[in-house]
Amino acid sequence: MENNPHTKSDSHLERILRSGQFAVTAELGPPRGADRSVIEKKAEMLKGYGDAFNITDCQTSVVRMSSIAAGRIVIDAGIEPIIQMTCRDRNRIAMQSDLLGAAALGAKNVLCLTGDHQKFGDHPMAKGVFDLDSIQLIQMVKVLRDDKKFQCGQELKDCEPRFFIGAAENPFADPFQFRAIRLAKKIAAGADFIQTQIIYNVEKFRKWMKIVVDMGLHEKTFILAGVAPLKSKGMARHMKHNVPGMDVPEKIIDRMTAAAEVKKGKEEGIKICLEVIEQVRGMKGVAGVHIMAVEWEEAVSEIVQRARLYPRPTL
Amino acid sequence: MIVAGSKPFQEIEEMLSGFRKVCVMGCGSCVTICHTGGEKQVTELAAQLRLSAKLKGKQREVKEASILRQCEWEFIKDTGEDVQDCDAILSIACGIGVQYLAERYPKIRVFPGVNTTFMGGPTKQGVFWERCAGCGDCLIGTTGGLCPVSRCAKSLLNGPCGGSQNGKCEVSQETPCIWHKIYDQLDTQQLLATMEDIVPPKDWSAGAENHPRKMVLDHLVMKK
Repeated sequence: MENNPHTKSDSHLERILRSGQFAVTAELGPPRGADRSVIEKKAEMLKGYGDAFNITDCQTSVVRMSSIAAGRIVIDAGIEPIIQMTCRDRNRIAMQSDLLGAAALGAKNVLCLTGDHQKFGDHPMAKGVFDLDSIQLIQMVKVLRDDKKFQCGQELKDCEPRFFIGAAENPFADPFQFRAIRLAKKIAAGADFIQTQIIYNVEKFRKWMKIVVDMGLHEKTFILAGVAPLKSKGMARHMKHNVPGMDVPEKIIDRMTAAAEVKKGKEEGIKICLEVIEQVRGMKGVAGVHIMAVEWEEAVSEIVQRARLYPRPTL
Repeated sequence: MIVAGSKPFQEIEEMLSGFRKVCVMGCGSCVTICHTGGEKQVTELAAQLRLSAKLKGKQREVKEASILRQCEWEFIKDTGEDVQDCDAILSIACGIGVQYLAERYPKIRVFPGVNTTFMGGPTKQGVFWERCAGCGDCLIGTTGGLCPVSRCAKSLLNGPCGGSQNGKCEVSQETPCIWHKIYDQLDTQQLLATMEDIVPPKDWSAGAENHPRKMVLDHLVMKK
């Protein structure tokens, strides 16, 4: 903040984006246990290959180590976390409490999500909370930061949490025409940066980006295009048929199937990912990429290097 | 209406094991319409209970009764003859009826024969869908008359989540995405611009999260 009066937080990711450099973020999934060394190893593997790293919050509604606790371990390991926070498991009291705690532990980025429905996880019988939706969460974080007020309107007399506020958007969900409007709502609520759903259908993403640029939304927020390397034809099919809101075109499935026959699935997956990065990088309004190598963090360094996004800039 | 589904017979048998004189009590309102708690179901369930006792060689007398509304004191206060000498009542009314009977007959064990599930209605013969969450602060005037609180899996208020595809909810392919329907409805009514407004966090204090709720109609309350 002291270095740059125009930043809203002390986030490294924010400084990279505001400096106009193409940003790289990637995902780091906390373990299903209490072993901090798992995170330390992943952090070591990812260090230097991105500007900040998403720490997922019980992704796919499966119990994992807290994203805030894991985020602190990541800070200790010398990299910057983006704390994911879902509305699924907490009401507004718990969320604000966690936001204060995360800030006190040194978190500078928070990604606001509604969250996957609990039905998909390991506790489908759990009571989902959904007191707020993601847009209301974004607004709550912004009001805490900029107006120093809790959601109830009471003044925050102590130190306010200064987060760089992130949100997600899925250009591939329906109704398509509403997707850019939804992005506009997230920006109006206070989203400083956006990470999109994984892109396999580049043409549909291009159409969405055109609407976004025509609305001038790319000038109000930083849009990071979501990408992910496929590991196998099975994963491609699973993504197409079982992951809500995913759009995997048939030609991608065909390529992964052909590669599987010569036992080169992983290679082809990385190749497709690099092609997507190359294409989205040239699109107006795309400020960076977000790499979601779910449980395949090893792939990130290769992708970042081969995409000529390495070394990452230092500021 | 209130929709209730029959409990599995085995669960009912377990609840009633050890009771020799049981009255199955039906209700002529919502549960009659959803075919789980009316007079016909009383007859069927009573016959099933008698038969099962006979097959197991157990002594069990099963009486049958049904009243128009188990959820109103005026209707249940005169049920005495049917149930007074029973040692258990199996109510197949909604949870309100079961509780009214439990209060009316404090010395008799009262058991629920149905699972009270939601407020909804039939969309076709034999198929019932939730339509209202009783949130106490109805907003469907702004959402094309369709309720996102009860019909969206995440009760979202600002439009569909990122999982809606082909008009279906991410949670189940057979569930319509209510926000897609709201979008289409508002489009038809040329009110799409309203979906650009940010809906603030909802006041849930009048809703089911804050038990127990009460409504008072002052003009009807008898003054002493």
